[in-house]
Amino acid sequence: MQPSLFTETLTVSQLTFRIRKLLEDNPELQDVWVTGEVSNLSRPASGHIYFTLKDKNASLRCVMWKSDAARTRPNLQDGAAVEAHGKIAVYEPQGQYQLIVNLIRPKGEGALFQEFARLKAQLEAEGLFDPERKRPIPELPRRIGVVTSATGAALRDILNTLRRRLPLVEVILAPAPVQGVDAPPALVNALHSLNPSTMLRAGLQSPDVIILARGGGSIEDLWAFNDERVVRAVAASQIPIVCGVGHETDFTLCDFAADLRAPTPTAAAELATQTTLENLQFQIADYQTRLADLISSRVADHQALISALTARLRFVSPERRIQSELQLLDELSRRAFSGLTHRLQLQSARVDGLSRRLTALNPEAILSRGYAIVTRKTDGRVVAKVSDAKGDMNVRVGDGEFGVIRNS
Amino acid sequence: MPKPKPAPKPVEELSYEESLSELEEIVEALEGEQNPLDEAMKLFERGQALIARCGALLESAQLKVQKLVGESLADFEEKSE
Repeated sequence: MQPSLFTETLTVSQLTFRIRKLLEDNPELQDVWVTGEVSNLSRPASGHIYFTLKDKNASLRCVMWKSDAARTRPNLQDGAAVEAHGKIAVYEPQGQYQLIVNLIRPKGEGALFQEFARLKAQLEAEGLFDPERKRPIPELPRRIGVVTSATGAALRDILNTLRRRLPLVEVILAPAPVQGVDAPPALVNALHSLNPSTMLRAGLQSPDVIILARGGGSIEDLWAFNDERVVRAVAASQIPIVCGVGHETDFTLCDFAADLRAPTPTAAAELATQTTLENLQFQIADYQTRLADLISSRVADHQALISALTARLRFVSPERRIQSELQLLDELSRRAFSGLTHRLQLQSARVDGLSRRLTALNPEAILSRGYAIVTRKTDGRVVAKVSDAKGDMNVRVGDGEFGVIRNS
Repeated sequence: MPKPKPAPKPVEELSYEESLSELEEIVEALEGEQNPLDEAMKLFERGQALIARCGALLESAQLKVQKLVGESLADFEEKSE
């Protein structure tokens, strides 16, 4: 093709600007995932990250700005196979296009996420994650089953947390590798071994709650907890499960299937011990108070009852009757005495009357009124007739006697 | 009518859960029907002993960690770091 001699000539800047417009106005190039191998990695003090992504036939300059680097903290090494997300931009001073990266993940992770989303949707549709399936976590477990690696930091965190909060519990560890191809079947087996059907057959008491845990790691590290077999084992557990895998931002399918999701292993141990040693001590102190109150009020009731009975007893006491009998006796005795006195007085008056009448009949009394009794001295007979009067005679008057002789 | 109960175990032989549940029963019995005073006093004394037992168990509690090996339990040695 022959160049036209009459068309406008562009400056480098103008042309570069047009190229830039062309690339940067293309939506497909502004939201793109690209996979390749990292090379020429450079992390200068500015905080920006520079590297080149390449495959067999091509290479692409990439830059991740400090803000995105600080936010996502990508784990980058020369030679690593990664997937980078970003937009194509043109760096005009050097006439270079480059990828402005805002997110980097290890290669294959995209497929993992797709698998995660597919399995999540499938199990969700089956109802494995239904809220109605969630069982309450016992408030005061006696035995806690722990499914995690016997050598991991997660186990140490869990045991330290349990020791601090509720050292009363017994821990039954069912160790299992938590990453790698062996992890899913081992985790399934560990969960199964803690369930009553297995424990009872072995003559052991099964735990009241199970903690399923793993420390933080990359999405591949945590992948065993998205394995369908493990998720189904969690959902099928006869014992409530608290799941604490990774960090707060990590969600696994086990988290959805578990009865309770905890952000970390430590948090899982906390959620599995809702009642702490301190709560129990308060509870005991409360019982102490209630018991003391109950017994003192009971004793007070009985004291009041005894007072009331004492009063009633005093009312019906024979002492009272004895008193009244004594009073009656006094009364009778007084009446008896006064009756007697009266009769004595009556008798006395009668005796007086009789005495007076007797006195009146005394012949001596007649003598004092001037009458005389004449008796014969010889035989002492009273001279009552003239013919009786003979010889010496005695005359008795009121105050004495004298002798007389008959002379006619 | 007081229920005929087997002779209570000495509190020293009771686990924390056993002590606590018996303590709950005692408090409920004392709050509920008016049992004879001497029975109430006996319940109270038993309750005091159970409280002491619970307190001692809480005081001395040490996390017991066992490991499932096959179908039996073995003591688990923690690595101290």
